[in-house]
Amino acid sequence: MLSQLLDITVITGILASMIRLATPYIYAAIGETFGQKSGVLNLGVDGVMLISAFTSYYIVLQTGNLFLAMLVTIIIGAIMGLLMALISVTLHAEQGISGIGIFLFGLGLSDLLFQKLVGTAKPITGFQDIAIPVLSKIPILGEVLFKHSLLVYGAYILIPIAWFVLNKTTFGLNIRAVGENPAAADSLGVNVALVRYKTLIIGGILSAIAGASLSIALLNVFQQNLTNGLGFIAVALVYFGAWRPFYVLLGSLIFSFVNALQVWIQVLGIPIPSDIAVMMPYVLTLLVLVISAGKTRAPTALTKPYERNE
Amino acid sequence: MKRILLIASLLILSSMSLAQFRVAAVMPSATNDLAFSQSMFDALSTIQAEMGADNFEFVFVDGTFIVDDAAAAIRDWAAEGYDLVIAHGSQYGSSLEEIAPDFPDVSFAWGTAGNTFGLDNVYAYEAASDEGGYVLGVLAAALSKSGTIGVVGPIEVGDAKLYVDGFKAGVIAQNEAAQVNVNYIGSFSDVALATEAAKTHVSAGADALTGSAQMVVGAVGVAQKAGVLWFGTQANQTELAADIVVANQVYDWTVVLKPIIANIQSGQLGGEAYTINLENKGLLIEYNDFFGVSDEVKALADAAIAGIIAGDISPLGE
Amino acid sequence: MNKKFIDSLFNAFLPIIAVLLALLIGAVILLLIGANPIQAYGALINGAFGNKHALANTIVKATPLLLVGLGIAIAFRSGVINIGGEGQMILGALSATIFGLAFPNGPAIIIVPLALIMGFIGGAFWGGIPGYLKAKFNVNEILSTIMMNAIAVQLMNFLLRGVLIDKNQMGAALIPQTPRLNRAYDLPRLVPTRLHLGAAIAIGLAILVYILLWRTSLGYRIRAVGLNAFASRYAGISIDRTFILSMMLSGAFCGLAGAIQIYGLNHRMVTDGTAVGFTGSAGFNGIVAALFGQLHPIGIIPSSFFFGALLVGAGKLQRVSQVPAALITTLNGLIVIFVVSSEIWRKRRARKRAIEQAVVKKASPDIIENEAR
Repeated sequence: MLSQLLDITVITGILASMIRLATPYIYAAIGETFGQKSGVLNLGVDGVMLISAFTSYYIVLQTGNLFLAMLVTIIIGAIMGLLMALISVTLHAEQGISGIGIFLFGLGLSDLLFQKLVGTAKPITGFQDIAIPVLSKIPILGEVLFKHSLLVYGAYILIPIAWFVLNKTTFGLNIRAVGENPAAADSLGVNVALVRYKTLIIGGILSAIAGASLSIALLNVFQQNLTNGLGFIAVALVYFGAWRPFYVLLGSLIFSFVNALQVWIQVLGIPIPSDIAVMMPYVLTLLVLVISAGKTRAPTALTKPYERNE
Repeated sequence: MKRILLIASLLILSSMSLAQFRVAAVMPSATNDLAFSQSMFDALSTIQAEMGADNFEFVFVDGTFIVDDAAAAIRDWAAEGYDLVIAHGSQYGSSLEEIAPDFPDVSFAWGTAGNTFGLDNVYAYEAASDEGGYVLGVLAAALSKSGTIGVVGPIEVGDAKLYVDGFKAGVIAQNEAAQVNVNYIGSFSDVALATEAAKTHVSAGADALTGSAQMVVGAVGVAQKAGVLWFGTQANQTELAADIVVANQVYDWTVVLKPIIANIQSGQLGGEAYTINLENKGLLIEYNDFFGVSDEVKALADAAIAGIIAGDISPLGE
Repeated sequence: MNKKFIDSLFNAFLPIIAVLLALLIGAVILLLIGANPIQAYGALINGAFGNKHALANTIVKATPLLLVGLGIAIAFRSGVINIGGEGQMILGALSATIFGLAFPNGPAIIIVPLALIMGFIGGAFWGGIPGYLKAKFNVNEILSTIMMNAIAVQLMNFLLRGVLIDKNQMGAALIPQTPRLNRAYDLPRLVPTRLHLGAAIAIGLAILVYILLWRTSLGYRIRAVGLNAFASRYAGISIDRTFILSMMLSGAFCGLAGAIQIYGLNHRMVTDGTAVGFTGSAGFNGIVAALFGQLHPIGIIPSSFFFGALLVGAGKLQRVSQVPAALITTLNGLIVIFVVSSEIWRKRRARKRAIEQAVVKKASPDIIENEAR
């Protein structure tokens, strides 16, 4: 029965599924990478995703305007990032808790607004799949990579951009300096708080796009707790990737690949208990990390608020 | 004189509140989930509309997935003297078993389950969801051209498993060569995975899909986009995709609630287990008129319904 | 002395002011959705403290928060962030339940303590894995504990609908639950309410954890590694062993919380497919309680009581005002945000005091810095 998995339709299906499933993880995890690189752990990703998933869904439901929905998504993400920065940077709050607070706030508010403004789930027409000319005609690869919606493509374009910003720009240098040794960065004239505000706002915006990618591109619907803890997995994937965008991508792809695989295994009727199949992506992601254990190290100032000694 | 008037008005007021039948219900998910919780909420609303708000009052708490919190709510309502306290979730049963003996004058109902714990103030109710599942399976097999049919389920147990098993049996009864692919996503809330599972079914050649529980809302959209058929259960899901929803198995809990209420009003507080099924019309097959199933195919479904009611067909093949 | 009193008063009132501010925003939301905030908040207080049953419910709710909080405190003290409390609770509950079902007719006085110890061990096992992975393979514990939570849920579902399922069920659809444990195994009730022995066990353990952390060499090692792993290594402390041990201890307390939920309250395991259905998110709320309790075992007692009251009161609010559960979650989030944000004023005050004291002592500025932290 396992030979069924080698069928061309199945392989194509698994890989295309992987690309789609990984999309929200990539946005959210890259956003989280920016915050953590500058020294702030944000566990509130899931909450931001839920709020933006609802607002973008609601705008599309009411107006059908995807552009407007994305604009508002970005604004909401920026506001949530600003809020996290205010709490964690300016008010020096314990980062683990402030994130849980934002998560609960987002989980509750998105559901409350959904119940009061929409009622029951109604489908919308979100971002449509765009087949890229020529490329989408390539066998297998075309189906896997070049027949997705704009927000899916965006996630993969984001990776090299994030890599470039973090490693090749002054801003990226400042982010790393602030995350490793804020006191030294400060003495060199880097505004620690400002850098952290910026990274958290970037993180907020990317988390918000992650939420929108679910509600107005991949699923085209909203429901209570739509993300189902996806934001927490995204935080875990930042650690998987050890704060390096391409490795974060790799982690997202591995997790999503196994998830797609287990769905296919069940669909093909391969006799594995469903719970054990569902467990697979979590177990295998852990195993991959154990096997590839490297000498990575977290940004030194991660979770530590910075206060100038004056 | 004033005092007498006061006493008289108090008496009238109290007798009025006595006449009003008061129900409280605790549910695991939101009342707008287009599935399990909504089916109970809709039933209570229907009864209220029929009896009038003066005669029938109901309160509820939704989203109570924490069993312990449900227990607090049940005890609280019982102490406040509600006529009927409904624990709408099979996970609440153990709590109910503990609480009910402390309030012998209050009637309790819970489901989906078949066990009244031998207590005479507890009712149990469940749905023979395999019956509707069987009928929808027959319809799916009759309408499917590829002969491959996909199912998206939550966790492989309880009401959902009952429905899925019935559905599979129905498909095979109609078309022995048909292929039913089943996927349980391990959760009642993972819309993203349920949606991807639906896409996977389509890739695997399915041209008819069904699924149980509230996380299927995205899967219906997949069916719509791919132009494959959808069969709903628990609540009417036609509004999610009017083009491709063929029919729904709809739970009508009023069929259970009405006799329970009548019993309580005549002094019997519990001790019975009820089942909604095709025969008592607690389970209804509601077609989507817009989709328009041909009479020929409807006849197949009607035959299945008649067979089940007559006992000639047992969906789970016992 | 007087200043110290004002300080402690200030410290006590600060979170209360923060909660009041959060409730004020909550009141606006309540008004917007057409509920009466005064009635709602009256219900909240009444639901948490109104009578002996309410108070008992509050303590019952606080019990797992306290136990998880103790576990979290141990981990955080050694510099490990344990967000795997949910999974560890599940493993603890599974181990204790399996033990109780395996010996259905034993003497309760022996079986129940052993079952709770099994819960302790089950949690230690599940917490020990991330500890081991961190020590040996440099796998970050945030990642591994998040993954282990998801794995624990599926393991629970697999067992409860499989080998552990209660076979004596009426009705067509089987409920994914174990048989009920022997009634003789129920933890004794302390007063005629739901209040059970678990609360007393938790408070006793809080004192033990205090002794462990501040009066034993293991506790010293844990705190030393947390304060400065680098220096500890030079002092001859095995960092790896301390990580594994503290994660095991952390998981053990979460596991015990799970076991006590079973023997004190539920008396069987049942799953709705999620962790939260069983844990009530205590694995997460315990983190919040631990950090509000300043990671101090004794401090976590009042902070978990406070969150227990909030959660129980919110349930009553939901019933009385007929608002959706979502509103309660929102409110919960606001309160956490406000309380955690208010901490800065407490810290600032502590810092100011330290400076004042140092000036009196004419101490060096380095000590000021250390005392302020």
